[in-house]
Parts: sequence; structure tokens; C-alpha cells
Amino acid sequence: MRVKVTVNGAAYERDVEPRTLLAYFLREQCGLTGTHVGCDTSSCGCCVVVMDGERAVKSCTMFAAQADGHQILTVEGLANGGTLHPMQQAFWDQHGLQCGYCTPGMMLTAVALLKRHPNPDEAEIREGLSGNLCRCTGYQNIVKAVQQAADVLRQQPAGAVK
Amino acid sequence: MIPAAFDYLRAHSADEAFAHLQKRGADARVLAGGQSLIPAMRFRLARPAVLVDINAAGDLNHLRVNDGVLEIGAIARDSDIERAQWITDRRWSLIRDVSRVVADPVVRQMATVVGSLCHNDPAGDWTTTALAARATVVVRGKSGTRTVSIDEFLVDSFTTAVSEGEMALAVHFPVPDDRTAGSYQKIERKVGDFATAAAAVQLSLNANGTVREAGVALSAAGPCAVRVEEAERLLVGQKPSADLIRAAGEAASRRSSPQADLRGSVEYKKDLAGVLAARGLRQALSRLGVQV
Repeated sequence: MRVKVTVNGAAYERDVEPRTLLAYFLREQCGLTGTHVGCDTSSCGCCVVVMDGERAVKSCTMFAAQADGHQILTVEGLANGGTLHPMQQAFWDQHGLQCGYCTPGMMLTAVALLKRHPNPDEAEIREGLSGNLCRCTGYQNIVKAVQQAADVLRQQPAGAVK
Repeated sequence: MIPAAFDYLRAHSADEAFAHLQKRGADARVLAGGQSLIPAMRFRLARPAVLVDINAAGDLNHLRVNDGVLEIGAIARDSDIERAQWITDRRWSLIRDVSRVVADPVVRQMATVVGSLCHNDPAGDWTTTALAARATVVVRGKSGTRTVSIDEFLVDSFTTAVSEGEMALAVHFPVPDDRTAGSYQKIERKVGDFATAAAAVQLSLNANGTVREAGVALSAAGPCAVRVEEAERLLVGQKPSADLIRAAGEAASRRSSPQADLRGSVEYKKDLAGVLAARGLRQALSRLGVQV
């Protein structure tokens, strides 16, 4: 079947089998390998992308066909040219990663969380990220990174960042 | 772990979905949030030949209070409920509790209440909640639309009253009166795991403080969610007391017939069912300003 998905602002129109999962569509059809596949069964959150600007979804548990006609934001779409997105900068500054495998999913879950909830407290951040697993560092610096990003994003005029 | 091949049909309305199911019913499954169905397909535990995707069916995307009933359409997401304005009213406290512990916060942005009822996993959260809150499910079939009580809807593990070619359109929760509160108590090993045990409770009190209506149900306590009728009977008409709650908890323990697995032994899970039911009853009462 023919699907057309807008990924990071660019349209990708491809012929796919209906059983093609969105994560594999992004990685193999669009060549955007920043979306990672961890557990493959919706448990780990490595594959999280943002759909239509607001909803964090696990792209391993969704068919590409379901994204037909929708907007998808992946980690490749966060930076603005050479400038890191405040969430990326915060993960850098706060050492919010070690191996980096979970990082794209963590950041996109957090981006969607802050869009809905610009000033979360620590418990709300931890709860919001509880569907994303990190197997290296523990979560302390990830939480700090999201707090930093929240502070930065609140200072910026609406619409200035994705 | 790629699902077996299937034909994909997109429905833009309930009518269109129903027409697809009439044509391909024997082989077809409805795709709503997909958070149970897609993993099952990936493990090849499910191999539907046809998926009817209802995510674009706008007329199934409703969440509204209408004529004394909370109507949740087939593609309303768990996260829509978690974020609804009215959810903070204590009469909805059972539903508020459960909407925060189903799966994990990202899964809840796709997962649907009606899909969870149709999946009817023995350890489901919404099935148990629907029993305690005495919900009904609206099912469309060949001879029209019918309303099925949740007790009749939940037939057996992964089996419901929805037959071939039919589909569930919505679940209806009666709007409780303002002397109502509930609680959902769930023990899980980690966020997103199935419940080791869980109990859903909803209580309505009379003006004199006695129990007018009681709903008590358990998850992970049998082939599908179970109603603890004995506990409900014990509670109705009585003034809440520590002894009454203990007796209701013991009834829940007796009613629970779990399976042993890595989450715990039968003995442990049976005990837990009673503890959680009693804890839920105490919390519901405390939300109503009654300490026991």
C-alpha cells in the first residue's frame, strides 16, 4: 500500500506492506536510524516518536499505515540546523546519557511531556518517563536534563522551538 | 518479530468499519490503539487476515457525559481520560485511579478503554474497573445496536460477547451520585507490567451513612476479571466498619483463583486480592470523609 508520512517536516511517500511497523518505516524507508528499536514489544520506549506535535507514541507498536497523513517528529528533527534543541543541550549539559540507546525515546517522550505540562515537578517528570527504560546510568541525570530543558523552554516565546 | 501479512482496511466512520467487518468478519480484527493486538501479532499469537483500522473514524472518538452516562467511544485514548477536566471530581475517583496505572504513560497515549475491554486479558485493568462501576458496552451487530452489561460482555479469557462481524462502539459508565467514591489498587513489579493482583472498588453511601451500592472486582484472579458478589452483598445496607471491611476483604481472597507465575504463588496472590480490596474500600470511604 501507498503511505505518505511527514517526518520532521519532509514528506516521505513509499509503497509498504501493511505489516510494516512505523519504527522500521522510519529506519529503513526514510533512513532515519535515530529511532531505536529496543524491546520490540512496547516495553522499553527506545522507539518513541511524537505524532502530530503532541502525542508520544511507541513506533514499534504502530503500523506505518496508521501514520499515513500524519506528522511525525523523530530525534533527527529536534535540532535547528547546527543548534541543538534545548532538550538535546540539556541531556549534554547534565550528562543524561551513557550509551545513548534510550536517549532519542527519552528526549521525545520528554518533549511531548513538556508541551502538555511546561512546568512539571520532579515526581511528574519521573512518572512521565516511566515508560522509558535506561539500562546504564539510572535516571537522576535524565530527570535533571528534563528540568533544565523545561526551564529553558519556558523562557522562550511560543512556537520558537519544535 | 514481524507480524504475519494481512490486508489493511481503513474505516473513516463506524458505518464503514461495520461494512468491512460484515464482508470480512471471520478473518478480521478491529485495530484501535493496537497496544495489545500489535504485540500479540508480533509474537504470532494473533494472525488476523484483515485489520480494520478505526483510528480515523471520528464518530468513535468521543468522551462525553450525556444523559447521566459517561460515554467513551472506541478510539478515545486512556490519556484522554487521564486528562479530562471532570476526572478530579471524587465520584470518578475509581476511573481516575485506573487511568494513571494502565500500562505506562506513553502506551496510554494510544491505548483505548474499549480496546482493553475487547481484548479481555485476565490481568486487565479496565475490565475490572468496568465491573466495579457496572458499565455497559454498546455492540453493533447485524440486527442493530445492543447494550450489553459488562458481566455478560466478559465471557472468558480473551473472549467477549462481540461475535464475528460485530464490533464494540463504546463503553458507558453510569454517572455516580455525589456520595460516591472509588479506588483502584494495583500491585505490579514495574510500571507497564501486568498486575500481580489488583482490586477495583466503588461505593455509594446513603444520607444516613450506610452503603447504598457497592462494586468490588478483581484483576489477575481468574480467567477474566471477577466480581466479588459476596463482598458486595456484605456491604450493601451496612454502616462501614473495620469488621465489615475485613469481612469483604476475606470474601475477595476466597473469590480469587489466580495462577502461580513469576509474579507470585497462588497463596500470595489470593492473600493480596483480599488486602487490596480492603485497602480500596478504606480509601474510597476516606474519600467520602469516612474513617474506619
